[in-house]
Order: sequence, then C-alpha cells, then structure tokens
Amino acid sequence: MEPFIRVTGVLAPLDRTNVDTDQIIPKQFLKRIERSGYGPFLFYDWRRKADFILDRPEYRGAAVLVTGANFGCGSSREHAAWSLLDAGFRTVIASSFGDIFKSNSFRSGLLPVELPEAQVAELIGLATEEPGMEITVDLAAQRIAAGGFETSFAIDPFYRECLLNGWDEVALTLRQEAEIARYELGRPAWLPGTR
Amino acid sequence: MAAKIWEDHVVVSHEGEPDLLYVDLHLVHEVTSPQAFESLRLTHRRVRRPDLTLATMDHDVPTRGGRAAADEIAERQMSALEENCRQEGIPLYGMGSARQGIVHVIGPELGLTQPGLLIVCGDSHTSTHGAFGALAFGIGTSEVEHVLATQCLRQRRPKTMAVTVDGALPMGVTAKDVALGIIARIGVDGGRGHVIEYSGSTIRGLSMEGRMTVCNMTIEGGARAGMVAPDETTFAYLNGREHAPRGRQWDEALAHWTALATDADAAFDLNVSIDAGRLEPYVTWGTNPGQSVPVTGSVPNPATETDERALAYMALEPGTKIEAIAIDRVFIGSCTNARLEDLRLAATVVRGHMVHPKVRAMVVPGSASVKQKAEAEGLDTVFRQAGFEWRDAGCSMCLGMNPDILGPGERCASTSNRNFEGRQGSGGRTHLVSPPMAAAAAIAGHLVDVREFNGTPSPSGGGG
Repeated sequence: MEPFIRVTGVLAPLDRTNVDTDQIIPKQFLKRIERSGYGPFLFYDWRRKADFILDRPEYRGAAVLVTGANFGCGSSREHAAWSLLDAGFRTVIASSFGDIFKSNSFRSGLLPVELPEAQVAELIGLATEEPGMEITVDLAAQRIAAGGFETSFAIDPFYRECLLNGWDEVALTLRQEAEIARYELGRPAWLPGTR
Repeated sequence: MAAKIWEDHVVVSHEGEPDLLYVDLHLVHEVTSPQAFESLRLTHRRVRRPDLTLATMDHDVPTRGGRAAADEIAERQMSALEENCRQEGIPLYGMGSARQGIVHVIGPELGLTQPGLLIVCGDSHTSTHGAFGALAFGIGTSEVEHVLATQCLRQRRPKTMAVTVDGALPMGVTAKDVALGIIARIGVDGGRGHVIEYSGSTIRGLSMEGRMTVCNMTIEGGARAGMVAPDETTFAYLNGREHAPRGRQWDEALAHWTALATDADAAFDLNVSIDAGRLEPYVTWGTNPGQSVPVTGSVPNPATETDERALAYMALEPGTKIEAIAIDRVFIGSCTNARLEDLRLAATVVRGHMVHPKVRAMVVPGSASVKQKAEAEGLDTVFRQAGFEWRDAGCSMCLGMNPDILGPGERCASTSNRNFEGRQGSGGRTHLVSPPMAAAAAIAGHLVDVREFNGTPSPSGGGG
C-alpha cells in the first residue's frame, strides 16, 4: 500500500446522507477481477444524470470528498474504496461511515476522516460556495486546513501508523506465526472443517 | 455472548491495537475474492487453512440456462474462482453441484455454521450466520486476502446493542417484518459500530429460518453482526447435518454451545425493546430499508432531502395508499428469504391463484438443496401453475449481477434486503416485503395486505 502522509487538493462536496456502496460503484462493474480501473464507474448512475455536482469542471481531479453521514453503508464491496482512489480521491470526510467501508478504506489507502456534523456542514458549504477550493488533510499532524477552516481530527492510531508507513497488514500478521500456530493447537477437535 | 466468543478467538491482544482474532470458517464467493487471490500470488503466499475455507458461486450465476447463459465477464470470474480453489485446495460448490447455493444459505444447510464460531465472508450479509449464536460479519477484499493468508483478522472490539422483541407475532407478520420493524425503529445507521444481540420471546419463537432472516437484515440497520443465543431450536436444526459434530464430539460441542448464552445481567451499550404485537407487514416506499410503512399506510410526506430524492426516484406521490401501488415484477428469493420455510409461506398464499396478467413473477430458491426439497413437496408445481417462473439457485435479482434484472422504471415487490437505487437493475424500483406479501402482490397486481388477501376465497377453492 502506498504511504499516506498528507494530501492537498480540491475539495468536492456531495451533500447526501446514507450514500450506499451500490451508488458509489454499481453492481455491473464488480465482475472485473482486477483491483484498478474502477474510477470511470464511480457514482455511475448519478453521473449520467444532468447536473451531478461532481461533474462540474471545478471539481474535476478533486482529491478530497466531503459528504453526509453513514457514507459507504450497505454492501461490503471494497470496489467502492478502489473506485474513489482510482478517480483520484485520497480522503473522504463525513460525520460517519458504514463500518465495512471504513475498514476497507483504511486497508486500501483511502483515508476516512470523521468530523462532527457541524464541521462537515461547514466544509460542504465552503466547497459549494467556493468551487475548486483546496484543502489539506495532514494525517501525520491529524489536522485539516481549508481556507479559513482549520481543525484537528481523531483517528484509529493503529490504522494511522499503517497508512503513514504504507504497511502490508498481512506481513505484520505473519510475524505472529508462532502465536497463530499456538492458538491452532488449542482449538477443540469438534470444530467443523470444510473438507 | 459476543464478548465470550470474542475472547475465545483472541490470538494476540496488545493495548491500543486491534485484537488479532482467529477465524473458524471463511466463506468465499466469486465476486469479492479474485483480487485477494491475485495478491496472494503476487506476494508468493498460500492459503493457510483451505480446510476452514469453503467457496461457492452465487452472485453471478444465471438462474436458468446453466453456465452457458453467463456473460463473458461473469464466466471469467467463475473460472477464476475455480482455478483459485483448485490451486489452493479449497472445496468449491460450483454451478451444477447439489450443494451450490447462496453462501449464506449453504453454510447453515451443511451444518458448517455452528454456535460460538467466528465466521467471515466477503459479503455484508454474513450477519445471517449469527442466527446460530456465531459471531459472523462481512469483510472487504483486503480482509479476505488477510484471512486467506493468515486465517486471522485484526478487529477493534465493537460495542454491543440488545434488541429485545417480545410477544406473539400477529397473523400475517413474519420474521422479515420483525427485521423491517427493527430497522424502521433504529434507522439505517442505528447499529453502526455495534454487534446486535437479539432476544425476547418473539425471537425465541422463531424457527432457524426466521432467525436467519432477522440476522441477515442486521447490516441494513448499520450493524455488522447480529446474533441469537443458541437454544434447543438451534441444536435440533444442527443435529445430523453433514458437518455437524457427532457422537461424543456432539456432546462436547453441545456443552460449549449451551454455555454461550448471554448472562441475564449482561450490560449493553444500547438497549431497544420492541412489542411484537404492534408489528405489521411492512413495505418500503423509499431507497433505503429504513424507509418503510405498514402496508395499511400511505406514502409519507418527505421529512428530509433524502426522502424527497427517494420519492422522486421511486416515482411516488406522498399520500398514495401503499395498496394502490401497482407492480410489474415480483422476486421471491435472496439470502434473506429463499429458504424452504420462506417458499412454503409464499406457496400458501399462491395456492389456487394466478399471477396477475401484468406481473412477471419469479421464485429463486436459495440453494440447489432448497430447490430439490421444495420440488419434493410439490412447491414448484404450486408456483408454476400459478404462473411464477421457477429458477435455479443463486443471488438472482437481489443485486442484478446476473441476467435477472429489473428494467428502467420497473417496479418490483421483492423479498430481498436492499431497495437502494438501481440495486435490482438500473432505474428499477424496489419495494421490500415478506414472502407472503410478495406472493399476494404477484396475484393482486399491486401491493396488498396479505392479511386481507388470505381472507378472500380463491376462485378455484384453494388457498389457506
């Protein structure tokens, strides 16, 4: 995974709540067996309708998305995080995220930042009134700055380290081989096997 | 109960870090696994425990015409799964296998889903398996890769939420309505960050199928996992199944399972109580599963912008009686409602009636085994004679990744779990309902109160 330290780029607003992963990346694009190439299909059905906000030229190439509560609810498809990354987003800011989406984001290098609803509303307002404004999300310092807006944010310290260092979580776990093997020895014999 | 199972699975726990948990059962399907296997290849890693891993094909599979009916990219995904399973020695129940089916239907059916297990799958409806008192939740593809390589998963301990449902279910109210009623109450993000433990006399009174329906929909209330403490109903369901323990091992397992139940004085972070007597058959009117009303109600006035957008997408006017909404399609199927009991409930309504001429209706059994059992008791004949299509097992029109999709603007009464925009097909409009409600809608040609509907004598004297 590519390390994530800080990002500066255009802030794009999507003022909707409960955006589910079916909207982020519709099902017809999940049949690919690759991890890349999903960017063009991000918000596919919404993009085909007139005047979808993210289609405005000022938001083209945006690096940070600010959006409503419970973003990424629904299906577990990690393709949702991949499509945002592939379209150029490195951070999503919302007051809350679907549990699985948040976990997928951390693991694929997309930074999910949770801010109080009032701050999210303020950022959505700023990005809407001043299209194309830039924002800096600094994971190392846990700070966000955009125009006059400034705040710190909390983040899971473990996933912060993983992102800052670009760690491969599987490699981390494989270092604990001895503990895993020991655990396996203690598993009761009646537990089911699939063969 | 969730805490006990959690403790039982901790491999490594360090202050400030997520716990490393051991996974007892990893279920795999064709859509969320190919990139995980590819990463293993690129990093020269192997699957640690193929004997604790099971694969099936469900999302992409055509439900008629066999594999030849699959499109080219679906075929590529299915072939990739076959090749990955062959290389790693993972048992696979592919198309044509008597054990194939929706991953959350076959796990329980085979007796692999057992109390106290930690079960994961790259699918959000993995919560279904919690019906057995297992801790089961959906994961993303990076986590699938992690479990394949290590049989472990790093997780932060979730908060807990108790949902207690007490009282007798009124006539015509099913487990699906219990689930929709709970979501209407807590909201689509009410369970976020929590594991839900369902209890109360209503939950106790549900069959395993009913409990699976309730646990399945847990993710629609935002919680990753939902569970029911195992009891005699659970044990009776498991006893004798292919992968259930036998003889002395059964006794040992049973002692462990019995001890799992939540202590009476256990404290939860959140508590919700629901009176089953006040539940009704529900119908969703919007584009998330929390936007529902009793079938006797009307499309509500929009309270938020989200509601307004949902109404526009659904092409509904506030104040319209739910029963006045005409439908084009009916889908009885999905990991929520495609088990034998669901099909029996629907067949009870259908018997002796005909599908409305303007409606196209289909029944898609949850597994090849459900299909075979339903046919053995003649349910296929009931559905076929009424004009339903009787299909092969798969996820089908729940998510529109296979040939079964809604056309733009088509309106469907569906027993599935998500009414998201475009979920069943781009531009399609979904109303989530129970299997008997879907069956009644197919016959009436519009959404209808199954309680009234059952009271109408059928022209051919059937019904009941």
